Amino acid sequence: MSTRIQKDARPDSLLLNMGPSHPAMHGAVRIMLELDGERILNSEVEVGYLHRGFEKQCENRTFFNLLIYTDRLNYVSPLINNVGYVMTIEKMLGLDVPERAQYIRVLMSELSRISDHLTCLAAMAMECGAFTVFLYKMKAREFIWDVIEATTGARMTTSYIRIGGVRADLQSDYQASVQKAILETRKVLKDVHGLLDKNKIFLNRTRDIGSMTRDDAIAWGWTGPALRSTGIAYDIRKAFPYLVYDRLEFDIPTGERGDNYDRYMVRMKEMDQSLRIVEQCLAHLPKSSAALRAGGIEPADAIKISRTKKTRTDIRLSPNLEGAEKAVYKDILADDDRSVLPAKEDAYTTIEGLISHFQYFMKGHGIRPPKGETYFSVEGGNGEVGYYIVSKGSDKPYRLHLRAPCLPLLAALEELIKGRYVADVIPTFGSMNIILGELDR
Amino acid sequence: MEEKKILDDLKKKFPEKILESSAPFGDLTIVIPKAALLEIVDFLRKTPYEFKMLLDLTCVDHAGRTPRFEMVYHLLALTDRQRLRIKLSVAEDDLRVESLTPIWKNANWLEREVYDMFGIRFQGHPDLRRLFMYDGFEGHPLRKDYPLRKRQPMIPLRK
Repeated sequence: MSTRIQKDARPDSLLLNMGPSHPAMHGAVRIMLELDGERILNSEVEVGYLHRGFEKQCENRTFFNLLIYTDRLNYVSPLINNVGYVMTIEKMLGLDVPERAQYIRVLMSELSRISDHLTCLAAMAMECGAFTVFLYKMKAREFIWDVIEATTGARMTTSYIRIGGVRADLQSDYQASVQKAILETRKVLKDVHGLLDKNKIFLNRTRDIGSMTRDDAIAWGWTGPALRSTGIAYDIRKAFPYLVYDRLEFDIPTGERGDNYDRYMVRMKEMDQSLRIVEQCLAHLPKSSAALRAGGIEPADAIKISRTKKTRTDIRLSPNLEGAEKAVYKDILADDDRSVLPAKEDAYTTIEGLISHFQYFMKGHGIRPPKGETYFSVEGGNGEVGYYIVSKGSDKPYRLHLRAPCLPLLAALEELIKGRYVADVIPTFGSMNIILGELDR
Repeated sequence: MEEKKILDDLKKKFPEKILESSAPFGDLTIVIPKAALLEIVDFLRKTPYEFKMLLDLTCVDHAGRTPRFEMVYHLLALTDRQRLRIKLSVAEDDLRVESLTPIWKNANWLEREVYDMFGIRFQGHPDLRRLFMYDGFEGHPLRKDYPLRKRQPMIPLRK
C-alpha cells in the first residue's frame, strides 16, 4: 500500500513500523515513522484495525438491542457509554428518571472514570518502566471492578444502565464494598504520587514532551483531561450538567503546559475529585423502598414458617439480577410501560404485563422515539462521548453516530511527536489514553 | 435567550443563506446552502460567540430523498457553553463539499471518515483517503444501499 509517508520519504531516511502488533499500542494502531537516526522526521498514524461497523450494526438493531454494542466502545469504562446512549434516547422520549437511579448512574460513572484513569496511567507508567505503579493501580482497579461486578453482574460488558433507569438496585452491602474501594484507591494514589511525581526518570520521559498549546488543543477538538491539561477548564459535568452533577461538589483540575506530565497530573487529580463525588453519592443516595429495608423474611424461611402458621407477606425479594424486582422498580426505573420492561412478576402473572412484555420486544414496536434528531454528550474517561441519533419514528435508529473523544486526540499525535525521539512516542501515546474500541467503532 | 440572539444575528448577517432554523429537542439547528458553508462557519468562529471548536462532523444518507445526503456539523462555543448544529444538503450527482481542514485541524480525520463511509468528496482536503477501511475496499459501507452482510472481493497481499 502506498501511504503518504512512503511517497514523501527522504531517500536517506529509515522507515519504521510501530504496530499494529506492538505492546505499547493499546490494541491495534499502526504508526509509520520516518527516522533520521533516533529523530522522527515524519510520521503517519493508521487506524481501522478494530473497525467493527458499530454504526452500521446499530442501524439494524432496535433501540433496546443496540445497548450491548455501546459496552464495547470504550471497554475500560463501559458504564459511561451506556449512560450517554441511554440519556440520548431519554432526551428524545422525554422520560423522567427516578432520583435514586440518577444517583446510581453518577456513582457508577465515577467509579468507571476512576477505573479508566487508573488503567491509562498504569499502562503509561509501565511503558515508561515503572512496573510497580502498574501493579499498584491494577490492584486498586480490582476493588473498583469488584463493586461494578457485584452491581452489574459483569466486569466489562455491563449493559447495566437501561432506558428509563438502571437494570437492578445496588447490592445490600454496597456501602461497605464502595468504602473499601475508596480506601484502597486513596492508598494507591498516595503511593503513586510518591513514586512518580518527582521521579527523575518519569520526569525526563514526560516533562515538556508532547506539549500542546491551548489554541491548538481547541483547533484539534480535544476534550476531557487532555484539553484540561492545557489549562482550559471545560468539563461537560459543569458546562452542561446532566443527572445530578449540579448538586454535587467537585473541582475541575487543570494543567498548564499540556504536556505528558500535565496529562498524568490532571488524571491523578481527577480521580481524587471522582472519589469525592462517590462519597457524596453514598451520603445523598435516596433511600430504597420499604420492601427492601424492612428486612422481610427469606423465601426459604417463609416456606418453613408456612407449615405451622399463615405466611407473612413481606418476603424479602432479592435485588440482584436474577431475582424478582417489582418492589424496587419504582426506585430505579421510570414509570412508563412503553419504554421500560415490565417486572417479571407482572409479565408472568398478569395478561397486561405479558402484553407489554411482548410489545416491548416485538418487531416494529418497542421503544420508538419521536421523529427527529438529537445530540447528547456525557463526560467520558477521555473526553466528550457524544451520540448523534436520527430517528424516523421506527424502532430502529435511522442513523447513529458516535463522537469518539479519542479520534481528535490520536489525530494530533503526528504533530506532537514530530521532531522528537522514538522513545517519546510511547509516553505521549500512553498519556492520551487511546481506546481503539471507541476510536475505530 | 442567547440562542435567540445567535439566530437573529445570523439572519441579519446572511438573510438569504439561513434556509431554516429550529431547535428540535433543544438543540439549536440551522440549515444552510452548500456554497455558504465556509463563509458562515468563519463568521461564527470570529463573532463574539466564538464557536471555536468543531465537535463533530458526520453525514446522513436519506436514501430515496432528493437531495440524498445531508452533512451535519456540530460546533461548540467554549465561552458561552453553547452548541450549534449546521446542516446542509448534498445531491447524489454532485458529492462535492468544501473541506473545513483550513479552519479546524480535526476536520482532516473526520472528513476522511465521512469520505470512507459515504463517499462525499471534500474539496481542498489535503489527503482524502479512507480512514477505517483499507485501500481496495469497494463501496461506502454506511450508505443505505450497502447491504449489511455484503462480502468484499479478496485483495492481493501487501508487499
